[in-house]
Amino acid sequence: MRNVSGLLFAGGLAFLLLVLASQLPYGHTAMTLGGAILAHAPGEVHTANIVAAVLLAYRGIDTLGELSILFTAAAGVGLILGHSSLRSNNVQQSEQAESGFITTRAVDLLMPLLIVVGFYIIFYGHVTPGGGFQGGVILAIAFFLPALVRPGNPIDHGLITLLEGLAGGGFILVGLWALWYDKPFLQPIFDSFLGTGPLGSLWSAGTLPLLYLAVGLKVGAELAGLLVTVVDVPDLSNENSDSNAVNKK
Amino acid sequence: MIWIVSIAVLVMLAAAVAVMVLPNMVAAVAASSVVSLALAVLFALMKAPDVAMTEAAIGAGLSGLLLAMGLKRLGLWRLED
Amino acid sequence: MSMPAIEVVLYTGAIGLSVIGLAGLLLHNNVFRMLLALVMLEAGVNLLLILAGFRLAGVAPIILPEQMHNLSAITMNDPVPQALVLTAIVIGVGVQALGLALIMRIKAQYGTLNMLKIREQLEFDLAAQAEVTTPVSAHSPGSLAQGRVRQRVSEAITQKDEQ
Repeated sequence: MRNVSGLLFAGGLAFLLLVLASQLPYGHTAMTLGGAILAHAPGEVHTANIVAAVLLAYRGIDTLGELSILFTAAAGVGLILGHSSLRSNNVQQSEQAESGFITTRAVDLLMPLLIVVGFYIIFYGHVTPGGGFQGGVILAIAFFLPALVRPGNPIDHGLITLLEGLAGGGFILVGLWALWYDKPFLQPIFDSFLGTGPLGSLWSAGTLPLLYLAVGLKVGAELAGLLVTVVDVPDLSNENSDSNAVNKK
Repeated sequence: MIWIVSIAVLVMLAAAVAVMVLPNMVAAVAASSVVSLALAVLFALMKAPDVAMTEAAIGAGLSGLLLAMGLKRLGLWRLED
Repeated sequence: MSMPAIEVVLYTGAIGLSVIGLAGLLLHNNVFRMLLALVMLEAGVNLLLILAGFRLAGVAPIILPEQMHNLSAITMNDPVPQALVLTAIVIGVGVQALGLALIMRIKAQYGTLNMLKIREQLEFDLAAQAEVTTPVSAHSPGSLAQGRVRQRVSEAITQKDEQ
């Protein structure tokens, strides 16, 4: 019965989406908001990458909300997996052996390259495709890989939390800085020394690169924290779990 | 263009069906990474390079790593069968 | 053989991915498989959103140096859905990690990933907590199973009273 109703529901979704898709004019979308942003963004925000302008200037508060959603998710993961009953047999965790020679050396070689690529993508986010989110993910992986191949020396949780807090606070501070110039919260500022370069250069777009740096560090720290929390969980396979549990065959 | 799009969509849908029906969980997680990779190709063809980069880094990289580590911890990491 | 139009292929991919995800979410009993299905559903909806912002002969919304002087001459794709999808992907991985954490907790608590078994255990635990003896469940119709649950609940309650 449940299968039939599930299939019916999926079929209904397919029908609904098909009707919607047949109504949408493919390739000739009416873009009132997007058109206005495309027309005004080069003059107002001076970014070559207009997606970055939408993310940080026109929808800056949304991005702040998105960062807080990510923070809530990371806090939830820490709350759920940080429970003491999961930490009881933590001894076997530290006894895990290092990975093989080739993996460890490859990670040692890759880590600085990944860090450079991550920061490059963050700093050039307002000029080329990329930005804080993509670069932050690469940074998270760069800092997590050494902890994965060497379970003996994990990443410091306190350092991650500190970096996360600093980046989040930095985002809000840059947003508040606009109030000094009698402008709304999170509006990009073009100071005499900051971001006055020509369109398409690294030193353009006002405070947007600073905001993207904050986003990148925040996303990187958040995701690295998530990965570290998940990798710290001991083995939950059936052999060492509760005896009253129903075994899955 | 149409050929590349068709191949990417075919690979994506086949991998999505594989995620749902493969009995081995490790294979299912790997197939979900394949879905993300094909999706990143489609995003790049749709002239959305920012989204393509995000999908490739997060969907195919980080998410696969996260789910694979989860499998390891849940005791579902079986390469045979 | 004539190829179908490109928009047909693209919309088939997006709608197919969403429907596969939703069907998997509803039909599977394994909670980890349900998490994977949620990932598929999310990816399909993202592709649908990007398709809504696509324009024929449109270029990526990034201004190249040689285009700087005649910006009105070029058609660009809508940047707003792209920004929306970009944040949606990042939020998606956060949701995925939260789901994985919940699954790990469930595994540690109940030792199973089967949704039906988890529900039975959960109803039993809830009934024991609330000290009621009749956990009525739509998913355990057999009187045998219900009687077993009832018996276990009453045992738990007597244990609690003795303490």
